[in-house]
Amino acid sequence: MMRLPIFVLTAAASGAMTGGRLRDQVPIARNFLFGVFEWFGELGLFCIRLIRAALTPPYEFGELLRQCDAIGSKSLPLVALAGAATGVVLSLQTRDSLTRFGAKAFLPAVIVFSIIKESGPIITGLIVSGRVGAGIGAELGSMKVTEQIDAMEASAVDPYKFLVATRVAACILMLPLLTVVSNFCGILMGWVANTLSEPISLRLFFEDGFKNMEFTDYIPPIVKTAVFGLTIGIVSCFQGIRTSGGTEGVGRSATSSVVLSSLFVILADVILVRLILMIWG
Amino acid sequence: MKGDGNEFLIRIADLRKAFGEQKVLKGISLQVKRGETVAVLGRSGGGKSVLLKLIIGLQTPDGGSIQIADKEITTLDENQLNEVRKRVGFLFQQAALYDSLTVEDNVAFPLSRHTKMSNEERNDRVHELLADVGMDRDLRKMPSEISGGMQKRVGLARALALDPEILLFDEPTAGLDPITAAEIGDLIVKLKRKRKMSAVVVTHDVHGANAYSDRMVLLHEGSIAAEGSFDDLQGSQDEFVKQFFSYGSR
Repeated sequence: MMRLPIFVLTAAASGAMTGGRLRDQVPIARNFLFGVFEWFGELGLFCIRLIRAALTPPYEFGELLRQCDAIGSKSLPLVALAGAATGVVLSLQTRDSLTRFGAKAFLPAVIVFSIIKESGPIITGLIVSGRVGAGIGAELGSMKVTEQIDAMEASAVDPYKFLVATRVAACILMLPLLTVVSNFCGILMGWVANTLSEPISLRLFFEDGFKNMEFTDYIPPIVKTAVFGLTIGIVSCFQGIRTSGGTEGVGRSATSSVVLSSLFVILADVILVRLILMIWG
Repeated sequence: MKGDGNEFLIRIADLRKAFGEQKVLKGISLQVKRGETVAVLGRSGGGKSVLLKLIIGLQTPDGGSIQIADKEITTLDENQLNEVRKRVGFLFQQAALYDSLTVEDNVAFPLSRHTKMSNEERNDRVHELLADVGMDRDLRKMPSEISGGMQKRVGLARALALDPEILLFDEPTAGLDPITAAEIGDLIVKLKRKRKMSAVVVTHDVHGANAYSDRMVLLHEGSIAAEGSFDDLQGSQDEFVKQFFSYGSR
């Protein structure tokens, strides 16, 4: 997928080339398009199998809890740190801009709104797609090349139920919780950074920040992160389970899991923000 | 499944499989009786492992028939296939133990999913299985903490967990030193006597196969080049069979 912009640029640059060189590009473009369609086709079949495995009993609650711990608890420090850093940077940058326009009093509201509505969810989504996407891609990839997935299937256990459905469900459940933590750390550190420049009590900062927030401001961004979780879970499990080519293939799967899940999180964000604005204004 | 002692548990007829242009199996036919151990020999890349994966339904054949206990597995849906798989144990070439589980949990894995055993019963069963393969002292170790030979023993215990009627072995002695390979071979003989299972053993080890198999099948270029006892094959006048056995005897 990452080859698409490169391909488009290359194709555009070769516009002035001779007809013969252009003809050379045709098979490359055709193979690339076939590859893209094949990837989406396989992803569709993967999703159908995943839905079937997720909805039919028995359910793997033990493994789901283990994955919630691996994906949720173990991502917590990184997500909290990223959220805190976002809060600090946002506070420092926004303060300067708002001061110029004489709107410094809006700083708490700007920090709270931007963290809750956009920065928190997207930063959490990207951090988790990096940490968890690589982990799932590499783990399932290595299980695939060492025949552990075949062994599971041979012992009449559906790997889609045990490995894939549990990881996807854990991503869906954990992303909103991690986002709440990231938001909290961001807002708190936004206050700390603000207080270092111009002391303000935490209570006043929170009152100013949250006084214009409504219930509908909280829910859509949180739901959005569940979609990010679904995206990360599906893409990284898919890349992991279709691994081939030994240890080199495992490396490729880990990398492509991160790249593709980050890309799809960003695309999902664009679409979901538009949808949220259409529904809730 | 009940019947006389000579019924065939595995019936393979005209089995064909290709990967792209490469035809790996070109119409293999093979039957395995109850309690019989058949060794499948052949050169690397000759389709031996593919044959095992087709038998257990991990790959789909391009043509032909595979019957396990009178069930045509090529036409079964996933649930029906899983019912058949519960009656078949598979020892993978590299054992394929689950990295994230201990030795004990690896063996307990199929039991916890397909039986209604209590924790105590399951633990007893796991200990019994691991004792059978001489691994009952390393229960808490992770697969990465034990040797290749030990991993194969644990893989064998896991394959035996559901008390299968058929065992499939993919290169059980490959990559092992001669002593460990002989120990695994002895283990197969011991289990064969104790549990009276049918087995298909894919191997390069001609002499090891002679020790534990009732019959040998030699694959060459996707077809069965020769079939019979060790003595039959060793006395064969076929050029490939002679060459394979002369190199295998070195």
